Parts: sequence; structure tokens; C-alpha cells
Amino acid sequence: MKKAQFSNPWLPYALLAPQMLIIAIFFLWPAAEAIRSSFYLEDPFFGNATFVGLQNYTDAFRASDYQRTAWFTALFVTLVSLLSLAIGLMLAVSADRVLRGQSSYKTLLMWVYAIAPPVAGLIGVMLFDQHIGPLVDFFALFGWEMRLGVNYWDTGIAIIIVSTWKQIPYNFIFFLSGLQSIPNSVKEAARIDCRSERRRFWTITFPLLAPTSFFLLILNITYAMFETFGTIDQMVKDQPGNSPVTLVYKVYRDGFRGNDLGGSAAQSVVLMVLVLILTIVQFRLIERRVHYN
Amino acid sequence: MKYRQILDHVVLLFGVFLMMGPLVVAFLTSTYNHVTIHRQGMQFGWGGQFLDTYQTVLTQQGGFSGEITGLLMTQNSIILGIGFAVGKIVVSMTAAYAIVYFRFRAGTFFFWVIFLTLLLPLEVRILPSYEVAQQLGLLNSYTGLILPLIASATGTFFFRQFFKSVPEELLEASRIDGAGPIQFFWDILVPLSRTMMAAIFIIMFVVGWNQYLWPTIMTTEEQYFTLVRGIQSVMQQMIGADIPYYNEALAMAMLAMLPPALVILIFQRMFIKGLVEQEK
Repeated sequence: MKKAQFSNPWLPYALLAPQMLIIAIFFLWPAAEAIRSSFYLEDPFFGNATFVGLQNYTDAFRASDYQRTAWFTALFVTLVSLLSLAIGLMLAVSADRVLRGQSSYKTLLMWVYAIAPPVAGLIGVMLFDQHIGPLVDFFALFGWEMRLGVNYWDTGIAIIIVSTWKQIPYNFIFFLSGLQSIPNSVKEAARIDCRSERRRFWTITFPLLAPTSFFLLILNITYAMFETFGTIDQMVKDQPGNSPVTLVYKVYRDGFRGNDLGGSAAQSVVLMVLVLILTIVQFRLIERRVHYN
Repeated sequence: MKYRQILDHVVLLFGVFLMMGPLVVAFLTSTYNHVTIHRQGMQFGWGGQFLDTYQTVLTQQGGFSGEITGLLMTQNSIILGIGFAVGKIVVSMTAAYAIVYFRFRAGTFFFWVIFLTLLLPLEVRILPSYEVAQQLGLLNSYTGLILPLIASATGTFFFRQFFKSVPEELLEASRIDGAGPIQFFWDILVPLSRTMMAAIFIIMFVVGWNQYLWPTIMTTEEQYFTLVRGIQSVMQQMIGADIPYYNEALAMAMLAMLPPALVILIFQRMFIKGLVEQEK
């Protein structure tokens, strides 16, 4: 904190008031409501609620549907994060090295960042459509008949591809600016000491990028967990029941479509705990980086 | 060395193909007649129906019921994008100012309350948030669309970080000159933050424009639909149709994509600066 500060009996409160008001109404109240109703069994038609303790939680965890969704979410988050990080890094390393056309490449590779997840999903649905989709024709060349919305894993793979595609520009931008912030003196010294470009990358560049990568990993996990909602919603449109979805999508589906208010609330609370863990890890990382600097 | 350079270009060109290819195909297909698309699949050439399709989507029907046009949805999207960005900047700048520049007991407490919102993404509190908005009578209104989205912690953290990096001498100097807290904020801090505000505005405009889940559950009346929200109705209509209007659906997707993409490309430098600074 700064040493020189103002002191005023009411002004800081007035300045904070708008944000606090919105947080209280739209964050704290709903969150408290979610926690409360996760312990109740609510009748969606008459509004009667009975206290059932942890039953909503145990019911959710025991349901085979929940377990299947949890496994798919784990796989989905891992694949989307790692694939988009790897491709983003590869493109950034190449873009950092080329002498000509760097800004054109950058512009073209960034474009997809602007696309909303559901729009990406809509384009994905068409590209993977059984009748009109060119990607289905492409995979058919290898003898794989994709059936989006019919086959569980075909749909899953299509969702993973589209979600990865959407996230690549983000990682590309961060990696490229990370690479460009490495001082030239370091690069030159490394070039004198080590002739092999590959070894130079893995022993000098990659460790220097490690903090960025860890930070990005967390952001990618958050993206895959939460922001892919729109993509998934588009891509499973006809058959959300028998298609792969993430835990976040399931909260929405059970609450809004299935009218299982207590069960949906219990799943929300589980997700809040997950976010809590992610946030703690993220802040630990930032703190450590501050110490290094 | 030469070989290495060529390889880099090959990798980048393949990357461009991967990233832009789907968009180009989607755009080209949208210029064809829907019957042609239905019979022959997505297209890789120029269909010549560009003006017809886009005119229909923009002025007659947004791809579905006909109650709202693409132009109106674009207008709603702009309202949401700008309202979200401006609201977020105002709310988070004043909050960050209070936290950094004032000595008061509850400061740390408020900081942690703001921090808490990081734990509550909209997606995990969606059902109760909907109920709250319903009780307050905010469904189907611009206020209800924008307000619940603007109070997250990211903007406040961003400005807090920036204010902390402003040299302390400035505050001391302006105090000697007799400036009060409001004058200091308005005459010194706001002009200093101009670039930061612009960077945040660009990012937040894109984030606001691309909102999907909240507008989807909040707005049931078509006059409040944004382009991204409208995509859902386009899809529903497509599933039911005999020969779906693929061209109109893709045209809607293109319309929903173009403004944020243009904003990012035009203000590329500022956008990257804002995005990368956020992590610090």
C-alpha cells in the first residue's frame, strides 16, 4: 500500500458503494441461495422445501450420469488445455523467429479470439454435419464415419476440437509476448554457448517461459471448465441427454431443464470449491513470481 | 538457417490455414443458396448470393421468427458491449481508487469481498442469479442484462495494480498544491490511466459482446436479443426445418463475429497490452 493516502470519513465508502452493491445483490445473495438450497429438496411446482441434509450431494455423486460427466470433464479439460497450449506455443515460437510477415501472421492467428464460443459451436456443428460437413468427408477418407449428436465419442471429439481451436489464439498471444520479452543479450549469449537450436529452446527459452505457461495453464483450465458452455450448448443441441457435456453444463441442464433445483445447487457448490482450489493455486503462483522478480 | 526459416513459414502458414480455414469456408458457404448447400455440402467458392442473404438477415428476419432483424440485434449487442465495458471501467476504477488511495479500516475487508467474486463465476450461480433477477423484475431489460455482469474482480484488480505503480510523488505534489481526493482523481489519475482504460475497454467490449449464457436465460422477448443470444434461436429453428437455412445461420454467425474481430484488429497493440498486463 502507498504511504501517502487520503483520509476521509465517507468518500471511500461512497466510491466502493456501486461495486459492493452489485456484488451483494448478484454474487453473495445468489451464492448463499445456492448453498442453502443444496440442503433442501424443493418441489418446483408448489415451492415446498424439505430439509434433506447432504442427500443432494450423495445423490449427485452416486448417479452414474454424474460420474460419466465428471470423467468426461476431466478428459476434456486436460486435452483442451494441453493441446491449445502446445499449438499456441509452437506457433508463437515460429512467429517470434520469422523476419518477414510477422505482423500479418499475428493478425491472422489472433482473429479467432474475437469469436464467441456459441458462434464457434455453430460453425463447428456445420463443419461436422453428417450431410454438409467437409470435415466429416475428410475423416471418411480414413474410414471414420463421424456422427455428431448420435455417437457419444464422435460428439465429444468434435467438441474438443472446436474448443481447442477457439483457445489457441489466446495462448499464442501470451506466449509470443513472453518470447519477445526475453532480452536479446540472453538470446545472444545462448547462441554463442550452444549451437543446437533445439537444445537452446529446451534449456534457455522454455524455462524462461515456465511462469507464463503455469499461469496460462490455470487460465486454460478455467476456460475449458466455464467458458466452453456456449460451444457445448450449440454442439449437443438436439441430444443433450446422451451427448458428452461438462459439469458446468450439467448444472444448467439439471436446474433449468430437469427442474432438479437441490441437485443442481449441490453441483454448483462442488464447482465453487473447485474454483476456490484453482484460485488458491493461481495466487500462489503469482506470489512466487513476484518474489523472483 | 535458410531451411529453418522456411520451416517456420510452413508452420505458420499451416497455423493460419487451421485458424482461418473454418471461417473462410463458413463465409463462402453463406453466399450460396440454402438448397445448394443442402444438396452439395459446404462450399469453397463464391456463391453470388451474398447481398440477398445478408440483406434478408439484416432487415427482414434474423434467421428465425421474423420478429427481430439482424440490425436490431446488432444494436442490442452494441448496447451490451459498450454498457458492459463502460460500467465495468467506472465501477472498478472508483473501487480501486478507494482501496489504494484511502486509509480506512474496512479497506482490507472490502478488498477480500471483491476477491471472493473470483470464486463465483456466473456459471456456478446461474439458477439463483436468475431467481434474484426475476424477483427484482429485471428480466427482459437492458439493466438486467448489463448490471449483474459488471461487478467481477478482474477490472478492480487491474486498476489496483496500475494505481499502485503510479509514483507516490504525484500525490504528494498535488496535495501540496491543495488538491483534494476528487480533484486528484479527476485531474491526475484519470488522464494518466487513459491508455489503460482504452485497453480494458477493448477487452471488455469483446467480452460483453460475446456474452451468451446470461442473455440466453435473461431475455425471452426477442426485442432484447443480442446477436450471440440469437444464435441459439437460429439453431433451434434449423433443427426443425426440412431444408435448413444454412446460409442465413452462417450469415448470422458472421455478423456476430465481425465487430469484435474488427475492434481487436484495429486496436491490436492496445488489446495485446491490456490482455498481457492483466496477468501481473
